[in-house]
Amino acid sequence: MYQTPPWRYWLVGIVLVAGFFLALPNFFGDEPAIQVVREDRGAIDASGQERIVGFLEADNVPFNNAYLEEDRLVVRFSDVDAQIRARDAISEAAPGEYIVALTSAPRSPAWVRAIGLKPMSLGLDLRGGVYFLYEVDIRAALDQALQRLAQDIRAGLRKERVQYQAVAVRGDTVEVLLRPGASVDAARKIVKGDDPGITLTENQIDGATQLVATFTPERIKQRQDLAIEQNLTTLRNRVDELGVSEPIVTRQGLDRIEVQLPGVQDPNQAIRVLGATATVEFRLVDEANNPYEAMETKRVPIGSKLYMTREGAPVLLKRDLIASGDQLTDATSGFSEGRPAVHVTLDARAGQQMLKATTENLGRRMAVVYIEKKRLAEGEVCKGTRSGNECTEEESISVATIQGVFSNRFQITGLMAAEAQELALLLRAGSLATPIFLVEQRTIGPTLGQDNIDNGIKALAFGALLTFIFLAVYYSKFGMVANVVLIMNVVLIVALMSLLQASLSLPGIAGIVLTVGMAADANILIYERIREELRNGNSPQAAIHAGFDKAFSAIADSNVTTMVAGIALFVFGTGPIKGFAVTLVLGIFTTLFSAIMCSRVFIDLIWGRRKRLTTLPVG
Amino acid sequence: MEFFKRTPNIDFISMRPVTYGISIVMIIGSILLLAFKGLNLGIDFTGGVAIEVHYPQPPDHDRVRDALEEAGFTEALVQSFGSSRDLMVRVMVPEGQNVNEVSAHIQEILRTADPDAEVRRTEVVGPQVGRDLTEQGGLALLFTFIGILIYLAFRFEKKMALGTVLAAIHDPLVILGFFALAQIPFDLSVLAAVLAVIGYSINDTVVIFDRVREIFLGTRKGASSKEMLNQAVNQTLSRTLMTTFSVLFVVVSLYLFGGETLKGFSAAIIAGVFVGTYSSIFVGVALAYDMKLKPQDLLEIKKSDPELDALP
Repeated sequence: MYQTPPWRYWLVGIVLVAGFFLALPNFFGDEPAIQVVREDRGAIDASGQERIVGFLEADNVPFNNAYLEEDRLVVRFSDVDAQIRARDAISEAAPGEYIVALTSAPRSPAWVRAIGLKPMSLGLDLRGGVYFLYEVDIRAALDQALQRLAQDIRAGLRKERVQYQAVAVRGDTVEVLLRPGASVDAARKIVKGDDPGITLTENQIDGATQLVATFTPERIKQRQDLAIEQNLTTLRNRVDELGVSEPIVTRQGLDRIEVQLPGVQDPNQAIRVLGATATVEFRLVDEANNPYEAMETKRVPIGSKLYMTREGAPVLLKRDLIASGDQLTDATSGFSEGRPAVHVTLDARAGQQMLKATTENLGRRMAVVYIEKKRLAEGEVCKGTRSGNECTEEESISVATIQGVFSNRFQITGLMAAEAQELALLLRAGSLATPIFLVEQRTIGPTLGQDNIDNGIKALAFGALLTFIFLAVYYSKFGMVANVVLIMNVVLIVALMSLLQASLSLPGIAGIVLTVGMAADANILIYERIREELRNGNSPQAAIHAGFDKAFSAIADSNVTTMVAGIALFVFGTGPIKGFAVTLVLGIFTTLFSAIMCSRVFIDLIWGRRKRLTTLPVG
Repeated sequence: MEFFKRTPNIDFISMRPVTYGISIVMIIGSILLLAFKGLNLGIDFTGGVAIEVHYPQPPDHDRVRDALEEAGFTEALVQSFGSSRDLMVRVMVPEGQNVNEVSAHIQEILRTADPDAEVRRTEVVGPQVGRDLTEQGGLALLFTFIGILIYLAFRFEKKMALGTVLAAIHDPLVILGFFALAQIPFDLSVLAAVLAVIGYSINDTVVIFDRVREIFLGTRKGASSKEMLNQAVNQTLSRTLMTTFSVLFVVVSLYLFGGETLKGFSAAIIAGVFVGTYSSIFVGVALAYDMKLKPQDLLEIKKSDPELDALP
C-alpha cells in the first residue's frame, strides 16, 4: 500500500502558505493617487499640504486622504476621474508651481505593507502612460571619438615639432600626412603610442609618409557603449525632473533606449524634454565692430561670431567663451522683476571666469546664447547650421549691460515662462552625449488601462468558471479537487509575479487565463489515466498511484515543449510579448507543481487513507 | 460523465489518404492566401501610426475619413474598435517622414473634427523598428521549432520528433492562412499567440507519442505498428478532446470579454486549438507510420531518462 511521504505534505503546505501571503496584497487592489512635488524641488510642508488640499476642496474633487511622504504630497482617490480632475485643479490653481504625477498606491492594510509585501507591478497597458523607444546615434559617437583623436594628434605633432601637411578624419579613419623628411617614428608614437585600441597602417604618397589610424572593433564598441551609458544617465535625470513615479529607463539591444513613464498622459512635453539638446553659452558682446555692417558684407571680424537675437537684430559676440551650460551646478526657474528667469549657479571654475569677465568688462554688454541641436526629418528646413541631418540652431536670447560684478550665481532672462522652466530642467539634468531620436512611441490613456484590467479579470473569471463546472461535472469529486488545485495555481502565479516584481500586462493576464486551460490538462491526463487503470481492473489505491505515475512523463514532456515556445517569446519578444512569455513560463512551473504535488497530496489526504475503498469518484 | 464508456477503436491511420488530402489543401490554400491576399499587417510590423479614439456619441466614420483625406491622409484606415463609439485610425507613414509629427498632426485633425474625441491610445512605430520586430518574430519562430525538435529527438526518437514538428509546422501555416483570409489585423500579440499555439499543438502530439512509446515498449510481439499506433490515439482520445474543451473555454472567454486588444490574440489561439487538435490526431501519428516507425526504433534508446521517469 502506497503512502505519500510526509515531506510532501510539508512542502505543499509551506508553498501554499507562502504563496497565499505573497499574493495577498494583490487582492486589495490599487487606488489612483497623485504625487505632488514642487517645481523647484523644495519640500512641501504642512502649510503647502493645506494649500493643495484647499485647491481640491475649492474644486469639489473628492479624495480619500492626503499625506506627506519624503517631501512629496500623496493624495489618494477612489476613481481615476477624480485623480485627473485633481491634477487639473492643482495645475490651474497654481500654474507652474507644482509637478503632479499620476500614480497608484496599493490599498492593502498597513500590516501587509509593514512586512514588505508588494502587489504585482502593473504594465503601462494596465495603468496608462507612455512608452518611448529611442535610437542612439552611435555613428555620431564614433565621429566624436575620431574628431577628438585627430585633435590630440594635431596637438601632439605640434608639441613634438613633427612637421605634417594634414590631419583629417576620413570615414572611419584619421589620416595623418607628414611632410617629407619628418620623423615617422616620432609620429607613430604620437598617433598610436601604447594604445591597443588603435591600429596603424602606413602608405607612401609622393615621398611623404601617410599614417592611417583606425579604431579596433573593441574600441568602437566601447565608445558606443559609453555614449549609450551617458545618454541613459542623462535620460534618467531628465525623467526624474519630470516628476514621474516609478519610471523605467533601460537599454534595449545594441543602440536603443526604452523609456516607460507610467501615469504620463501628454507625451509631447516628455518627448520635448527627453530628446532636447538645448544648452546655453555666455559670451561678451564685441563692442568694437558694427553687427549690421558684418551682416551686410558677410565679413565677420576675426575672433567674433554673428548671432541673431529673438527680435531679429544681428549681434556680434566674441568667440571666447566665458562659461557654458555644462558648467552649471544648479538651475531653477522663477521670476526676476516680473519676467520669467532661470536662476543659475556655476561651478567653481566657471564662477572664477565669470568674476574675471564681469570685473574687466563693467558697463559693457554680455549675451546669453541659446543652442538647440535637432535631428531633421526629410524635407525639414534647418534655420541654423546643418551637418548631415543634424541641425544646430543658435540664437542670442538676451543681451544685457553688466551692471555689477558677479561670479557663480545670476539669472538668465529673455525667455518665455515655459521655455525658462524647460531650460532650467535641461540644465539641471545634463546634456546628451550623442543625439537620440524617437523610433517608437505608445500612449495608453488611464481609462483604457482600467478597462483593460476589468476586461482581463472578467475573462479570467468567466473562463475559469466554465472550466470549473466542466471539470466538476465530468470528473465529479475528483474534478472538485482539480478546481481547488487550479485556483491555487492562479494564486501561485500571482505570488511569483509579486515576488519577482515582474510587471503584469494585458497579454500577461491572457497568459494566466491560458494557463488555467492548460493546467486543467495536467489534471485531465492524471484522471483519464486513473479511469483507465480502474477499467483495467486495478484496485482504487493502485489506480491512483499508477495514474499519477504514468501520467507524469506526458505532463512533463508536454509542458517542456510549451516552455520552449515561452522562452523563445521571452528572448525575442519586446514589451507586451515579454509579459505574455513571463506568465506563460511561470504558469508552467506552477502547473507542474500544483498538478503533480498538490493534487497528489489532496487526493491522498481524502481518499488515500481509506483502506476499504471500492470505487473512486472520478466521474 | 464520460464521452467514451469504453476505449474507442477508430482506425485513424487508414484515414490517411483523406486527412493528408485535407491538410495539403489547407496548406496550399494558406500559402496562396498569404501570397496573393497577404496578411493585414499591423503597424507593429509595417511602421506607422495607430490611434484609438473614444467618442461620447457614435461618430460618423465618413466625416472622420473626409477630415483625414482633406489633410492628405488618403490611405488612412478608419474602423470601429470594440464598440460603436470607439474608432481606430491607422495610417502608414512613408519612409523619411517623421512618424511622431504625423501622429501629432492626426490627433489634431481628429480633435478639430470633433472636440469631444478622447484619444485613448496612440502607437507610433518607426519603419526600422517594424523591420526589426518582423526579424525578431521570424527568429522566435525558428528558435521554437529547432528547440522543440532537439528536445523531442532527445526524449523520444527521430521519426517521432520529425512527425511532431511537421504536424506542428502545418498549424501556424494554417492560422496565418486564416488571418490572411479573414484580414484580421496581424500584430505582435497575434504572433505571440501563434507561437503559443505551436507549443500547445505539440503538447497534444507529445501526449499521443508518449502513449505510443509506452505501448511499443510494453506490448509483446504480435501486434502490428499500425494497430499499436491506432491504439495510442484511441486511448488518449478522451483526454485530447477534454483538453481541447478546457482550453477552448478559456480562450473563448478571452475572446468575448478580454477587450478589443486581445481579439486577434484569442482568435489565433481558437483557430490554433482546432487545427492543433486535428493535426495531433490525424497527421502526427500518420506521418510517423509512413516513416515506418517500429518498436525497434524505440528499443535502442529504451527508457531515455530513467531519473525523470523515476519521479512520481
